[in-house]
Amino acid sequence: MSDQLVNAIADMREEEALSLVQEMVESGVDPTVILEAAREAMSIVGQRYEQGTYFLPELIMAGEILRQITETIKPQLAKAPELKRYGKVVIGTVAGDIHDIGKNIVTFMLDANGFEVLDLGVDVPPQKFVQAIQDARPQVVGLSGFLTLAFDAMKETIEAIQAAGLRDAVKIMIGGGQVNESIKEYTGADAYGRDAVAGVSLAKKWLGVQ
Amino acid sequence: MNKPLSPDEKQEALWQGVLSPKDPQGNPLPFQSPQAEQAYKERVLRFKQAIQMKELPDRVPVTIFPSMYPWTSSGMTVQEAMYDYDRCAAAFKKFVLDLEPDMQWGAAAPGPGKFFEILDYKLYSWPGHGVAPEHSYQCNEGEYMQADEYDALIQDPSGFFINVYLPRVFGALGGFQMLPFFPGILEMYGVAFNFIPFALPPVQNTFQALFEAGAEALKWAGVIGSVDAELATMGFPTVLGGFTKAPFDVIGDTLRGTRGVMLDIYRRPDKLLKAMEALTPLMIKMGVGAAQATGKPVIFVPLHKGADGFLSDEQFKKFYWPTLKEVILGLIEGGCVPLPAAEGYWNTRLQVIQDIPRGKTLWMIDQSDMIEVKKTLGRNACLLGNVPSSLLELGTPQEVTDYVKNLIDTVGRDGGLIICNGAFFDRARPENVKAVVETAKQYGVYR
Repeated sequence: MSDQLVNAIADMREEEALSLVQEMVESGVDPTVILEAAREAMSIVGQRYEQGTYFLPELIMAGEILRQITETIKPQLAKAPELKRYGKVVIGTVAGDIHDIGKNIVTFMLDANGFEVLDLGVDVPPQKFVQAIQDARPQVVGLSGFLTLAFDAMKETIEAIQAAGLRDAVKIMIGGGQVNESIKEYTGADAYGRDAVAGVSLAKKWLGVQ
Repeated sequence: MNKPLSPDEKQEALWQGVLSPKDPQGNPLPFQSPQAEQAYKERVLRFKQAIQMKELPDRVPVTIFPSMYPWTSSGMTVQEAMYDYDRCAAAFKKFVLDLEPDMQWGAAAPGPGKFFEILDYKLYSWPGHGVAPEHSYQCNEGEYMQADEYDALIQDPSGFFINVYLPRVFGALGGFQMLPFFPGILEMYGVAFNFIPFALPPVQNTFQALFEAGAEALKWAGVIGSVDAELATMGFPTVLGGFTKAPFDVIGDTLRGTRGVMLDIYRRPDKLLKAMEALTPLMIKMGVGAAQATGKPVIFVPLHKGADGFLSDEQFKKFYWPTLKEVILGLIEGGCVPLPAAEGYWNTRLQVIQDIPRGKTLWMIDQSDMIEVKKTLGRNACLLGNVPSSLLELGTPQEVTDYVKNLIDTVGRDGGLIICNGAFFDRARPENVKAVVETAKQYGVYR
C-alpha cells in the first residue's frame, strides 16, 4: 500500500493518493510510514523535475497533495501526549526562490518531533531572517532552497545574520535541491541536511535532545 | 455597399494614419520643420519595412522600450513620476530627444498614482503603497477568481468582471456587486426594477469614485498624450496602439494566480481550456479596438507563463499556444501588428511559435538564443531586441557596442531586426543606452 501511495503521489493522481492515505489511517498504519512514502514520492517528483519531465504544475500539485496528506494525519499524531517543545526553529526559503515543498516537509517533521517552528515562507529576504531571529530568539535556523541561485542567497542571508551580531546565537542548517557539503562551506552554514530526517537529527543534536 | 477592407488594407490604413499625425480634435499636427517631417516619415517607413520583411529599410531601425529608466535616469523617483504628471512628461520628452530613436513608446509606464489611490487598487503595490519610492510597482499575486467560479467566467466574462472581479481588485468598486443583470433589461414591463441599485448608497459611492477617477485619468492622459503629439511634430513617431494578453496569462497572472492556474491544469483542465476559449475573442476585440481608437497599429502582448520552465512542451502546446495563436491571428485579421514580448527564455518554444504568417508580427526577444530565434521564428517575424538589462546596467559602452554589432552581423544582415533592449529595465548607465542607438545608426546601414 505504501508503494501504491508513492506512485499515486509521484504520478499526480491526487484523489487516489488521498483515499489511500485515508485507508491507511483507518487501518492504523503508523503515520510516520505515510510520511516516509510522501517523502519518497517528493524525491521522485524532484528527480523528474531535474530530468525535465516535470515542471511547475507538478511541483505545485505535489506540494498541494502533501499539504492535504499532512492535514489528514495530523490528528493521529495529536492523539499522542502533548509533545514537549525542545526549542525553536526559524525556517524559510531564501530570497529569489519560491519552492516550498522541501521546506514544508522539514517544517512538518520538526513540528511533529517537538520543535516550535516559525515558517517565514518563500522568497524570504535576509533582513526578514535577521528580524525573526531578533524577535523569536530561536536556537536553530533552517535555510531552504531548490534553485542554484539559492547558494548566493543563502550566503547573503548568513552574512546578514553575522553582520547583525547574531551568528553565534544560532546554529544554521541548509538543505534542498542542489545543496550539498560544498555549499555548506560556500555559504558558511553549520551543517547541511540531506532530507527532513537529517534536519530533525541536526536540530536534536544541537539542542542536546536524545 | 462598400467592399470590406482586407486585413492588409486595414493595416495600411493605420500606417497611413501614423504618417499624418493628428491632435486629439482630429486636426493635422503641423511639423516644426520640413526636416522634422522628413525624419518622421523616414522613421515610420524604416520600422514598417523591417516588420513587413518585403524590402530592406535603409538601415536597421533602433528603439529603446524601457520601463522606468526615463524617470530614474532624470533623477526622479518612480513615486514622483507617478504623481507629478508634468515632470513625468518632461523627463520622457528629454529621454527621447537625448537618444533620437526611430520609435518611441509613450510615457504611460508610471501611470497616474492618484488615480490608483482614488479607486483603492489592490492588485498592485506601488511607491508609497507597499513599495519604496524608488522601486517600480509590483503585482500582488492571489486567487482573485476562485476555482469554482470558472463557469461564471465562461458564461459571461463581462458580467463576471463587473460584478465579481473588479470589486475584488478595486476597493472603491464595491458597489458594482449590486449592479443589475444588464441583459435582463428587455421590455417596458418591470424595467424600472433594474435601476433601483442606482439609488443605493454603495452604488452611488462607487459612481462618485468613478467620476473622480475618470477625471484624474483624463488629466494624466492629457499631459502624457501631449508629449506624444509634441514629439511627433519634432520628428519622433510612436506606433503603439494598445495592449492585450495571451488567454493563459489572463487567467494565470491576475485571475487565478500562478498556483491556481498550475493546479487547474491537473484538477480542471476542461474548465481552463473553455475559459481561455471564452476569453480569446475578447482579447482580440481589446487589441483591435485599441488600434482603431488610437489609430496606431502595434498591439503589445506581454507573454509570461509560456516561457521555458513553466510548462512542459505538451502543456505548452495544449494550454498556452493555441489561444495565443488565435489572438495573434485575430489581431492580424483586424489590421494590427501584434508585438508579443517573449520575456525570459523561449528556446524550447521556438519550433512551435514560428508557425505564424510572415511579415505580420514583431517579437520582442529577451534572453533567448538570438541565432536560434532567427533560424525559426525569425524566418517569419521581425525581431525586436535583445540588448540585456545586465549589460545596460553593469557593462561598458564598448561592450554594448560590440553586442549590438554582433546582433546586426549575425541576425540583422537580411532585415527583420530592430535593435532594442530585450527586457523592460528601470536602471542603466546612460552612456550604455546611448551606445545602443548610436551603434545601430552607424553600423546598421544596409548597402
